[in-house]
Amino acid sequence: MSPDTQSTTIPRHVRHGSNAGQPVSRRDGVLKVTGAATYAADNHPEGMLHAVIVPSTIARGRVRSLDVSAAKAHPGIVEVITPENRIPLHFDPNDKMPPFGFRVEVLQDDSVRYVNQPIAVVVAETLEAATEGARLLAPRYEEELPRTDLDNGERYDAEAVGVGAPAVTTAGDIDAGFAAATRVTEAEYYTPPQYHNAMEPHAVVAEWNGDHLTLDMPNQALRMSAASYAQYFGIPVENVLIRSPFLGGGFGSKAILNGPQILGILAARQVGRPVKLVLTRAQMYGPVGHRGRTWQKLRLGTDAEGKLTALHHTSIGATSSFDDFVEPAANTSLMLYASPAIRADHKGLRLDIGTPGPMRAPGEASGSAALEVAIDEAAQACGMDPLAFRLANYAETEPTSGRPYSSKALRECYEQGAASFGWSNRPLEPGTMRDENGFLVGWGMGTAVFPCPQFPAEARATLRADGTALVETGGVDMGQGAWTALAQLAAEALGLDLDQVEFHSGRSDLPDGGVAGGSGHTASAGQALSNAGSDVIAQLSEIAVNDPDSPLFGAGNIGVVAGEGRLYRRDDETRSETYAEILARAGRAELVGSGKSGRDPASADRFAMNSHGAVFAEVKVDPALMQVKVTRLVGAFAAGRVINPKLVRSQYYGGMIWGISFALQEEALADRRTGRIMNADLAEYHVPVNADVPEMEAILVPEVDPHVSPLGIKGVGEIGVTGTVGAIANAVWHATGIRVRKYPIRLEDLLARR
Amino acid sequence: MSLSISLAINGRKHDVALDDPRVTLLDLLRERLDLPGTKKGCDRGQCGACTVLIDGRRINSCLTLAASLDGAEITTIEGLSDGEDLHPVQAAFIEHDAFQCGYCTPGQIMSAVGLIKEGMAGDDPERVRELMSGNICRCGAYQGITEAVLEAQRKLADREKPATGKDAA
Repeated sequence: MSPDTQSTTIPRHVRHGSNAGQPVSRRDGVLKVTGAATYAADNHPEGMLHAVIVPSTIARGRVRSLDVSAAKAHPGIVEVITPENRIPLHFDPNDKMPPFGFRVEVLQDDSVRYVNQPIAVVVAETLEAATEGARLLAPRYEEELPRTDLDNGERYDAEAVGVGAPAVTTAGDIDAGFAAATRVTEAEYYTPPQYHNAMEPHAVVAEWNGDHLTLDMPNQALRMSAASYAQYFGIPVENVLIRSPFLGGGFGSKAILNGPQILGILAARQVGRPVKLVLTRAQMYGPVGHRGRTWQKLRLGTDAEGKLTALHHTSIGATSSFDDFVEPAANTSLMLYASPAIRADHKGLRLDIGTPGPMRAPGEASGSAALEVAIDEAAQACGMDPLAFRLANYAETEPTSGRPYSSKALRECYEQGAASFGWSNRPLEPGTMRDENGFLVGWGMGTAVFPCPQFPAEARATLRADGTALVETGGVDMGQGAWTALAQLAAEALGLDLDQVEFHSGRSDLPDGGVAGGSGHTASAGQALSNAGSDVIAQLSEIAVNDPDSPLFGAGNIGVVAGEGRLYRRDDETRSETYAEILARAGRAELVGSGKSGRDPASADRFAMNSHGAVFAEVKVDPALMQVKVTRLVGAFAAGRVINPKLVRSQYYGGMIWGISFALQEEALADRRTGRIMNADLAEYHVPVNADVPEMEAILVPEVDPHVSPLGIKGVGEIGVTGTVGAIANAVWHATGIRVRKYPIRLEDLLARR
Repeated sequence: MSLSISLAINGRKHDVALDDPRVTLLDLLRERLDLPGTKKGCDRGQCGACTVLIDGRRINSCLTLAASLDGAEITTIEGLSDGEDLHPVQAAFIEHDAFQCGYCTPGQIMSAVGLIKEGMAGDDPERVRELMSGNICRCGAYQGITEAVLEAQRKLADREKPATGKDAA
């Protein structure tokens, strides 16, 4: 069930003329708290079979044998799909599907390229039978030594990093910059492999009807994915319907097509019945992407006043043996601090692992985790307060290009965050603060930054005879609140109360809502919906002002304003008429408008565009055990116009908690001998639980941006991770005097150097 | 083999003929009884998404074999509200934005209902955080969850107070 099919009991918080800006509770809230919100794996079409992936247990080699007959002999097994018998695909999985596709492993041969690669699929009448059948296959391998680390992987020059970003960027003369420095600080930082671990495992329920394919699956990019699946299976794109009303978390891992979901669709085709395929938690550590490891080095030159003269950031990023996604970590240094010379360069490292991919703040999270500590170290070397050092190096224009910012209220973020936290009371020297229990106390800070893209998107708005509206776009709610915030924007443009707007979303047969990623969905799909609403109002105004029987006759198109379901004369609000009255007299059953979104290329050329923020952290460290606990976290963020402060605050909290996780908890550990991940589960791969998270504060710093888009929305989904990681690491140093440059910071790192 | 069990789910009696002893309560609910509100996050008892109440206690349904539950009373997320009227925990979760994606939410809410019944947290947010830590929320809605549990607990306590003449009106 999705929100458009059930009324909600949400209170109205609407002021005249605008729904946007209000802290409306989630429109899908009732569905989510009653268990009625339908996620992909909740579907169970008639005659459905269960498919289970058989994952490889080696990292490199080939599958020598599978005991197919043992599996087939188990009661309830319908089919065992291996490279021997799998039906052909119409697109070579060893090629990259444009525009953003990766190479996928879908039983094209018997090679094994990483642990947890699918090597067979078992289809059965029940989940229990399929699971047992998968076990009975008992694969045997020809195993080769896996490449698992910096010392045995193959280093190479990456052509591009992230999604098409340059691998090397230089601005200014870096050698001259260092020559001019009175002081140079240099250090190396390590970030581990991290896995998205959305609470909802990747799933697909696939049903074929001839050459028509219906898919229930969590998906961050509906239209793009539908086109890709159509190509893999050789059918017209209009034959593919993806339904994705809710995602149980995405974080980037459900944006890009991956092998297991293609195999689920393939299995349904092969056995001629609907198939459900859900990954186990352990199987999510391999074929569905992760945040790749980085080995970073930062070199900062400063002059006598503590101003940067040169900033050089290098990063080696791990990728798979067969595809390229190198974490664009060093590019974070191009965005933040003023320096006459900046250089960012990357190298790739091939390991026998699943291909990494975008994970919440890809590049910015890892890069900021290193950069913000390096900045802290430079401030320390200069004997300066870390905030004063950052202000001394504040970039008034984009550091690499000199372009002005479209808007940048970072100074206000620093001020408001520092004031709320009490930063001015921070002693410069580390190791001087203790709490009443004798715990070491430390305060640290970091700057947060994230780009604010606006992607192409489309939407449709239909004003109905009764004056209510239907608005539609193939948008995606993975928890950020699209069901609510996007509807608010549509209602605002339509001049209607939120309750008067029915919103259809989460399906690939709706107008293309674009990608829910890059923190750009509200700015993108929201602008399209807003434009569609405005288009309808323009048409309606045209009818009214040209109708001699209307009180608005002669007002001219721009002479009317819309609000509360009425058009008013701008210069005389006593003259107005309801939408329903205008439509009725014109004999129109409905008016349909459309809208598109996309960044104005001239603005994109002229301005640098980012969201910014400042994060302040307090940690307490047990002096005997050196156990670290984050006890306070204050973030102040400026991200353009805020559509729903309640939801935005939740996004910032979530991002900051990911920062705690990055700094202190998350790390997948591979056994060097086998390449197997030793902690591929939620007990041993640590993510924060409630008790790990302190009382937090997120300050929404006002920022008006006339250039990013007509609505002035930036983006809030990912920025909270950045800044927070460094703030916590810097607080650990301030508490203990120990710099740990390897994430996550563990108590053994502190104990060893106490 | 076939094994018959009888259990009450959300107040309704179910006679289930199990054809397989390996079926967990979670898979029974989701795949055989059309009650998919309870979620599978890890199938290992590590994330809490599958939390239900069995005879009033919070339990990971993924670690519980259905065959062991003959005679049990089970409450799932689908059975918590009183018709259209949300349970105070459900209402507080909406009010405090105690979820984002919503996938862990059924488990969080059932766990919160169990915790309030256990009465072990008092009004101490630290204790609530600790005692709700068997339920992972990857989106990071913990601040709202803690606030929602405390508010729902207050509302439930108020409800149980003997009504005065004024309140009853």
